[in-house]
Amino acid sequence: MEHFFSLFVRSIFVDNMIFAFFLGMCSFLAVSKNVKTSLGLGVAVIFVELITLPVNYLLQTKVLEPMGLEFLSFILFIAVIAGIVQLVEMVVEKFSPSLYNSLGIFLPLIAVNCAIMGASLFMQQRIGMDPDNTQAITSFGDSIAYALGSGIGWALAIVCLAAIREKMEYCDIPKPLKGVGITFITVGLMAMAFMCFSGLAI
Amino acid sequence: MANKNSEALKQPLWVNNPVLVQILGICSALAVTAQLKPAIVMGLSVTVIVAMSNVIISLLRNTIPNRIRIIIQLVVVAALVTIVSEILKAFAYDVSVQLSVYVGLIITNCILMGRLEAFAMQNGPWASFLDGIGNGLGYAAILVVVAFVRELFGSGTLFGFQVVPQCFYEAGYLNNGLMIMPPMALILAGCIIWYHRAKNKDLQEN
Repeated sequence: MEHFFSLFVRSIFVDNMIFAFFLGMCSFLAVSKNVKTSLGLGVAVIFVELITLPVNYLLQTKVLEPMGLEFLSFILFIAVIAGIVQLVEMVVEKFSPSLYNSLGIFLPLIAVNCAIMGASLFMQQRIGMDPDNTQAITSFGDSIAYALGSGIGWALAIVCLAAIREKMEYCDIPKPLKGVGITFITVGLMAMAFMCFSGLAI
Repeated sequence: MANKNSEALKQPLWVNNPVLVQILGICSALAVTAQLKPAIVMGLSVTVIVAMSNVIISLLRNTIPNRIRIIIQLVVVAALVTIVSEILKAFAYDVSVQLSVYVGLIITNCILMGRLEAFAMQNGPWASFLDGIGNGLGYAAILVVVAFVRELFGSGTLFGFQVVPQCFYEAGYLNNGLMIMPPMALILAGCIIWYHRAKNKDLQEN
């Protein structure tokens, strides 16, 4: 249980998807213009991670590894992700049209969000790790902890950036730097702040 | 027609660079640039994969049903990435270890999906091939520039060979450790975009 929580906290702060690995950058930069939509996208990412990672964990340990088919993992993981995103989209549309309207545009985009695929690939690397390592994913429960942690870390990052960008509207920024340029530099400074967590012993 | 093809090849190199202007494929562009060698390998892999997948999708473009085109594109790209990843493991094992998950992440690299959707679905195979090469090289160019600066100032080496003379270190020069850390990649990319927009005024935002 202790491992569950340390993995969870570690994947939010230390191994943050954005600030440590630059995953999901494209939608992170494109959608972080206001807090409300970025919160919607963040929730959608947590949701999809929470479903795809455990499925991919089972696929990797119960199917691919025993059969020695690890080289097929790229195709299978992306197929699982694209399939589940499609399924989630249809289920949400059927049972909760209001949630569908608020997430609607983002759900299909998530299939090509690197944060989701990246989490699956990192998990694949971590399955064989020494169980004492806080990064190791050795059980089904661990894969859920990692999914939750990395999803929440991503959502946290995008909401923070959106809040900063809303305030930055009023700043006098050099013209060529406006928009994307200053956003990159802001993210760089945020990443520096997040580096403090890397000294954290969990 | 020939003119249009050469435009497809040249535009993405600087004026319409996929990384700087369309802000696509940032994830891997920043993560692999702590050193030059993995950056070049990554740039070449992406170039090959974009060109090949552009050609394949462009050949299939009239037979793909519109509703499931994203999944078909993903499967084509994933198959190509698997091939490239196996080749890298066989012939350049240490680089493939350094690149770790980022080879697999070429699948979700937005440049690929962006080019397939925006170009290959409407154009013939030859034009799509040139467009793929152009965009891949445009991406690779940014990787090389960022990696050059980061490796030179971060570890004092280029391609792993020391270029900052030893006497500098004896006189008290230190490598800038922050350059190798993730934040500096973002700030450098921001500065390159700054320069690019200062040169191309029509891209500036109000």
